[in-house]
Amino acid sequence: MSRIDKHRNILDFALSSLLRRKRKNIALVIMYTSLIFILASVIFFTEAIKREACILLENSPEMIVQKTMAGRHDLIPDNYIRSIESIRGVQSVRGRLWGYYYEPTRRANYTLTVPEHFSYGTGYIAIGKGVSRTLEAGKGDLVPFRAYNGSYVSLEVADVMTAESEIISSDLVLLSEPDFREISGAPGGFFTDLGVRVRNAKELPVIADKIRRVLPDTRPILKNEIVKTYETIFDWRGGIVMVILMSAVFAFVILAWDKATGLSSEEKREIGILKGIGWETSDVLWLKFWEGAVVSLTSFFLGVILAYVHVFLASFILFEPVLKGWSVLYPEFRLVPFIDPFQIMTIFFLTVLPYTAATIVPSWRAATIDPDSVMRL
Amino acid sequence: MIFHPAVISLSAGSVLVSSMLLYSSWFGAGILGKWDIRSGSELQLGLERRTYLISTILSYAFGFQLISFFFFIFTAEHLHGLFTGAMCAAGTLNVNQYGYPTIILKMVNFILIGLWLVINYTDNKTFDYPLIKTKYSALLILTPFVLAETILQTAYFLGLRAEVITSCCGSLFSGDSAGVASEIASLPQRPLLIVFYASMTATILSGIVFYNKRRGGVVFSVLSVSVFLISVASLIAFISSYIYELPTHHCPFCVLQREYSYTGYLHYLFLMGGVVSGAGSGVLMPFRKIPSLRDIAPVIQKKLTLISLTFYILFTSLVTYQIVFSGLKLEGY
Amino acid sequence: MIELTDIRKVFNAGNPNEFVAVRGASLVIAQNRMTVFKGPSGSGKTTILSLIGCMTRPTSGRITVSGREITSLPERFLTEIRQRTFGFVFQQFHLLKGITVLENVMLPAYPSGQRHLSLREKATGILHLFGLSAKMSSKVEWLSGGEAQRVSISRALINDPAVIIADEPTAHLDSKLSLELMEILGALKREGKTILIASHDPLVSESPFVDLVVSIRDGLLKEVEERK
Repeated sequence: MSRIDKHRNILDFALSSLLRRKRKNIALVIMYTSLIFILASVIFFTEAIKREACILLENSPEMIVQKTMAGRHDLIPDNYIRSIESIRGVQSVRGRLWGYYYEPTRRANYTLTVPEHFSYGTGYIAIGKGVSRTLEAGKGDLVPFRAYNGSYVSLEVADVMTAESEIISSDLVLLSEPDFREISGAPGGFFTDLGVRVRNAKELPVIADKIRRVLPDTRPILKNEIVKTYETIFDWRGGIVMVILMSAVFAFVILAWDKATGLSSEEKREIGILKGIGWETSDVLWLKFWEGAVVSLTSFFLGVILAYVHVFLASFILFEPVLKGWSVLYPEFRLVPFIDPFQIMTIFFLTVLPYTAATIVPSWRAATIDPDSVMRL
Repeated sequence: MIFHPAVISLSAGSVLVSSMLLYSSWFGAGILGKWDIRSGSELQLGLERRTYLISTILSYAFGFQLISFFFFIFTAEHLHGLFTGAMCAAGTLNVNQYGYPTIILKMVNFILIGLWLVINYTDNKTFDYPLIKTKYSALLILTPFVLAETILQTAYFLGLRAEVITSCCGSLFSGDSAGVASEIASLPQRPLLIVFYASMTATILSGIVFYNKRRGGVVFSVLSVSVFLISVASLIAFISSYIYELPTHHCPFCVLQREYSYTGYLHYLFLMGGVVSGAGSGVLMPFRKIPSLRDIAPVIQKKLTLISLTFYILFTSLVTYQIVFSGLKLEGY
Repeated sequence: MIELTDIRKVFNAGNPNEFVAVRGASLVIAQNRMTVFKGPSGSGKTTILSLIGCMTRPTSGRITVSGREITSLPERFLTEIRQRTFGFVFQQFHLLKGITVLENVMLPAYPSGQRHLSLREKATGILHLFGLSAKMSSKVEWLSGGEAQRVSISRALINDPAVIIADEPTAHLDSKLSLELMEILGALKREGKTILIASHDPLVSESPFVDLVVSIRDGLLKEVEERK
């Protein structure tokens, strides 16, 4: 009982101490919260984008086969389909048609894709929200596409897509096969690449091997390799940002140290009095601990909540350029909110821990003020 | 080197703790040379004040070690997607030869720091700091362990390359491959079950005897450490199989995942709590003869024994529940 | 009962500003008496109070409190003894600004683990005895000199100490308040407490409540005068 009461009493006093020095402590909390906010934002975003990429890849085939020529991507002929289909373990092979379309007037890149089933037929397109916004085109509007030979193909918007993840569909233009070939100039009998589905996922590396042997100028790409690459890139990018932000952490730690060491004369007097009236060094250490805990917890919760709002409700406005690369079409997307204890722990480790460590020695210095000093104040 | 934020924070944290311990050791060495409790000189007062700082630092280090042990596994778990062949933390840790030593050393350090804190707490309870020299000599031994852990962990992180193909826990902890892990996993399950329950019963009984009659403290302490080792082996050899309801799945890390209700954390918490308090009680045995500790040491030992027993009983209950209510029957294995 | 044997206290030993505050003082302080340490400033009387009150350790010599030697006790034990045995009234009162009178009085007892509620009750009771109930929730900045003095004494009483130590308690008080203070201290003595005062104020040393006057000069006890 008494130990709980002792801490209750000390915590009581800690709170009143913090409130007595509002200016200094509010400044500290603001700095602390900002730091946590930035770090948490980066961590939440990196993780969320990784997950988006996984959602993106959910529906793609486990293996994609591309033809290469002199190391560069080339169109793949449809007789390759038959060769691959004959390999044991392959369930189906589908020729895929897709590419990029650059619109100079709006300086935007769209992705043209022929889906497996395009219900609207020739002459129509389904577009993503980002495309719709950029073109200012909605259902029923005609959109001209400049074909490979300089002529124009006008296609009517049949639908504006809403997808589970806006990142996937935002810059997509879905169209029919004949329209795609007309715009891109891809001749009949050729595809951009092939999507291969296998019966047993464990066989993938074996089948990929076989394809390479049968068709030496092809390059099979496994889905899980793509996933790994995404993860690595985002981790790497997130990590680089983190390393840069380390300087922010470092600066903050110095600030924390400074604030903790630079006791005002009023504070020194107070601690001297406490020691004089019967508080022991460990009691003052506990006081400092509780002060630090209150500051840390407040800043932590505030920072994490603000970061959550920033990333998931305000689409990570402050940091987009760093992490999204060269994409011109910034989708106004909402990331699927995702948060787990692992991220919280990482944020905690990067912020609360250095702060606490920085305050150990100054707290101790404060706590070991000689009780005798109160007699001479 | 994987630039994941968690990796960065673990590394930074570890370096921080190591430097804190180095700092403490340096002052500790100074205390060893110049301590004189009878003197009222300012030097002595300064040294006494210093001991507060070192106690505080070590307490924080203890907390950090506990969290970093779990956080490290968490991170290994999280990164498993980057390595071919890894399905959980077990695979990630196996990417290079530093992974498993790091995790073992983390556990060891947690226990060692815990023991130091037990000695420190006891020393502070009486009026003549009888264990001051013991304490700071122990600190000088403890510090290299913590430094070793930082070095190993750094080597591990630096050696994480995505191209390396690693093994899944299915092969690491199966009976077929070579290595300590599979040796443990392939221990005959029926006999080990008996050994587990027998040693746990012996430990609990000896703990109760020590608690009530103050005899057999060394026995209890030794038992509490051996039952820890037996329990870890049992977790791998058969308890995890019951939880996974799969006789070939022995992984000690998959049990930390959400689909198993994160039960692994409870397992490890209970076991580590049990061994630290049990060993802590034992560590105080030689100091009972010191006059100023004669009264206080047994009291502290009693408390530690109670804590240790509580943890071990909790562990055994949890594990028994999991075995009894599992869908798996391991007769005949 | 408190016994000092050949006490020496040196500040900043070994440095150029080394200062010997007390040199070789020996004294026995009886229970339930009022003792005044008289002497000019710098004579060492504050240091002696500090030593008796377990606030600092002597450089050499021995101090026993109720038969227990406290000379080389580590700080945490000294503090424990100090909390239980001594209550301090400082020259400058040293009340904490920004918190209420009631909290100030409860403060010394916070680390002892008593329940907050029972501490409140105790503190309220003491303040009532001193006629300060109306001022309980006031901030200390708003108190008059006399009120602050009484709050200061109330705070010293929260842990029920056997000994009250007052360092120049009348330094900031007028004659009326000084006499009032001595009345209060006399009443406390009647209740069984031991009172130790350091003062160069004749109003204190000439007070009828005083049992023993010890004169100090340059860190040495010069003269011990028994009254009555």
